[in-house]
Amino acid sequence: MNDPSSLAAPAADCLIRNDWICGTYLRTRAGDLASAVAEHVELTAASVLLGLVLAFPLALLARRVRVLQTPVLGVATVLYTIPSLAMFSLLLPVFGLSASGIVAAMALYSLTVLVRNILAGLDGVPEEVREAARGLGYGPARLLLSVELPLALPAVMAGLRIATVSTVSLVTVGGIIDHGGLGNLIYDGMSSDFKAEVLTASVLCVIIAVGADLLLLTVQRLLAPWRKAVAR
Amino acid sequence: MGDIFTRTAQWFADPSHWSGTDGVWHRFGEHLWLTAVCLVISCALALPVALVLGHLGRGGALAANIANAGRAVPTFAVLVLLFISPLGNSGNTLPTVIALVLFAIPPILTNAYVGMREVDPDAREAARGMGMTGGQLLWRVELPLAAPLVMTGIRTGAVQLIATATLAALPGGGGLGRIITAGFALRDTAQVVAGAVLVALLALAVEVVFAILQRITDPHGAARRPGKSAKDVRGLDRQNPPTDDRATAPRETETEPA
Repeated sequence: MNDPSSLAAPAADCLIRNDWICGTYLRTRAGDLASAVAEHVELTAASVLLGLVLAFPLALLARRVRVLQTPVLGVATVLYTIPSLAMFSLLLPVFGLSASGIVAAMALYSLTVLVRNILAGLDGVPEEVREAARGLGYGPARLLLSVELPLALPAVMAGLRIATVSTVSLVTVGGIIDHGGLGNLIYDGMSSDFKAEVLTASVLCVIIAVGADLLLLTVQRLLAPWRKAVAR
Repeated sequence: MGDIFTRTAQWFADPSHWSGTDGVWHRFGEHLWLTAVCLVISCALALPVALVLGHLGRGGALAANIANAGRAVPTFAVLVLLFISPLGNSGNTLPTVIALVLFAIPPILTNAYVGMREVDPDAREAARGMGMTGGQLLWRVELPLAAPLVMTGIRTGAVQLIATATLAALPGGGGLGRIITAGFALRDTAQVVAGAVLVALLALAVEVVFAILQRITDPHGAARRPGKSAKDVRGLDRQNPPTDDRATAPRETETEPA
């Protein structure tokens, strides 16, 4: 790689030969790659945050009104079963060929994982702990915020990690309408049979997924230092 | 957007959309055939490994890592990589089958493995005490007790296969996904929605069929139904395992849509 004449023919050859790994591609398209990574991260963050914001009230509602728990979990299972390409195609009439459609579809998946894990986490809080808190004069809101949610945190974070990693890989499908972050490059490389572009974008996807997972694991350890992280 | 329902209904009503190579029936047949063949291959590859590792109590990290890798690697990327690799030169079938099998293996393998590991050690001990060999223990004690989770894995794998087969249409594979991709190419929203409805219905149908199969084939579930004495199933009630840290992450979430 320390070839001083990087513009000479041998260096460009890997583009002509259509190699899987190509330094020239990395150098000449660094800007494209960076903006695709940025878009990928933005789409993922928007989807997961939207899912999280919607999941909390839904989970709390399903917990308070027990009758709603079965339908909420049932709808979540149905949504989770729908394949991504179909999910976002079904939203096409609402959102058109926009990035919002991708975010909405991905948020629905995150939502289903998060609702289930928040409910499971809150259900896992021992009844004695609740009793003790009530005995100390905790109202429902304070009980939830300072006792139940911290204890449910490992389950919630496990759900958040699953939702985030899944979203990073699913966003690529958005490449079909040019709003898929690195998926755009994969789609483009597929159409033009450009191997280095497809492989580079795919590897970057996996790196983002693993990086996001490690980041969330760190956040979990910082938020709940008294508890060893759930291994998933 | 108001008339998208009407236009989608009209798309379905047009008989020309149902017949021929691009028709719904042919694409549906391709999708189902691909899913069935790949489900058999995936089970043949994943189940022996999972059952033997689970029986021996080894390879837990492997099972967990396979599940994580299956989630982190984009299905679309793997499909495209296989299609533009030399494997794609021979046609669409081989890369499609490989990609489908790759993404169906993680749920089948991890669920079967967890099912084997969660078998009550007392039951294992008792079987050993009765003089069962390792093979008898696996077939007659562990596998029946692990069956519900093995079936959950197969069900999740089947739904995963439907999803991956849909995506295979993007690099040029067959199946119902082709109706969606053709709809995008034609800028025909009604066709995109119609294809998506078909794919979603197929995925839900597979989920329901396997849920019913699971109920039929679960002997302990049957034992728990009313009419049988609770004594018969005491100690075997693994549907409600004691809650521990691991149980707080619901099992169903071990897979991802694709």
